[in-house]
Amino acid sequence: MGDGSISSDQAGVRRGIGPVSSDDGFRRILAVWFLSAVCILLLPVVSWAHGFAGKRFFPTTFAVDDPFVSDEFSLLFNHVKSDPEVKTTSLAVELSKRITPNLGISVGEQYQHISTSGNGSENGFGNIELGIKYQFLTNEEHETIMSIGLGTELGGTGTRRVGAESFSVVSPAFFFGKGFGDLPESAKFLRPLAVTGVVGPNFPTRSRNVIFNPDTGETETERNPVSLSWGLSLQYSFIYLQSFVKDVGLGVPFNRMVLVAEFPMETCMSADCSGKTTGTINPGVVWAAKYYQLGIAAQIPVNARSGRTVGVLGLVHLFLDDLYPKGIGNPVFP
Amino acid sequence: MKRTENIQRLRHSGAIRTYSLLILTAFFFISPDMSWAHSFPDHSDPKVGATVAGPPGHVRIWFDGALEPAFCTLAVQDSGGKKVDKGDGRVNPADATLLEASVPPLPSGTYRVIWKVVARDGHRTTGDYTFVIK
Repeated sequence: MGDGSISSDQAGVRRGIGPVSSDDGFRRILAVWFLSAVCILLLPVVSWAHGFAGKRFFPTTFAVDDPFVSDEFSLLFNHVKSDPEVKTTSLAVELSKRITPNLGISVGEQYQHISTSGNGSENGFGNIELGIKYQFLTNEEHETIMSIGLGTELGGTGTRRVGAESFSVVSPAFFFGKGFGDLPESAKFLRPLAVTGVVGPNFPTRSRNVIFNPDTGETETERNPVSLSWGLSLQYSFIYLQSFVKDVGLGVPFNRMVLVAEFPMETCMSADCSGKTTGTINPGVVWAAKYYQLGIAAQIPVNARSGRTVGVLGLVHLFLDDLYPKGIGNPVFP
Repeated sequence: MKRTENIQRLRHSGAIRTYSLLILTAFFFISPDMSWAHSFPDHSDPKVGATVAGPPGHVRIWFDGALEPAFCTLAVQDSGGKKVDKGDGRVNPADATLLEASVPPLPSGTYRVIWKVVARDGHRTTGDYTFVIK
């Protein structure tokens, strides 16, 4: 989380002693979750199947969170050389579960392996991430989905050596997805296009860390900035093209592919990094079968703060509602 | 001594988390219900967006999974939105993946095929496409 220019400091010298106690932070998270749950339950109910808006199927993408709720299990592999000396490989796991047809929760975890040339390597888990999302709009005719959600990274649940913070981060967000199937006949080959996006702030539960530097023997104060996550994914679906626009004769496996270009970004909004943006452009392809989805994408940093080399993302995604339609694939309260 | 215990506890906690993730992952990959998921069109006749030389007689869509006959419909409309099929749209009794309807001899023009299907597990998908008769 946060801008890389301030958060990727000296590994092994951080001693987080913040002015806000962990109890206060936890109470704050509980309060935000409670208020969000109340707001979500007061919204109107419009129901539709997971990832669909009319005839549009929105696949799960790599780094930009989906606009829909679902019963799904994801494995996301990432390998990147963040600077010439450091290689990071991670495997993230996320389980999403619908409570009602429009309300879903998720839990995520990430295992990281960081190797530094000449200095060995570190392994460990990131902080546990919890999420709740409410899909409040599904418009079939205009292939539109909108959701609101709240994510929380639980501080202190991961391994400090691989950068897991001791404080939590609370992230309310707005999600949307729009397919262009309603374009006129003259632009019919643009109908397979769709866009999804997310925007929302990230609030750390501790405003700053006091860190002790054993090399200098001095303490330093590091501010934990509020940031804004925003991202888009552009998609061109060969499934849509073949099924609803024109059968151009694509065979297996191309007839199940969706070309995807993602733009996950984060802009720092406070502290020394204020106004600075980091992010990547992730061009890739997703292949959707009946029960699962596979994907691969490149990860290209948009500026020097975001990295210097191209990484790779790999996705394996299981549709639990299709695999287990009579069991755990159903909403708890259908 | 306390530091050693803490390190051992951390390693133990990490191992539990690793094994939990492995078991969870294996669970989802092994022995699903293997019933039918969302049904998508595989191919159709006339083809999606095609131009055909004469009236086709039937409109047929083959799906990638078995359909629930009671909840599947297929209709053909002309460019003015008027229904032109014979009203017999149904799932083929001998092939549960085939949705079809017959159409009378139709004049030249653009026609829209509108379908709604429900897979055997209850998942619904809908769609439409056009074809042209020269």
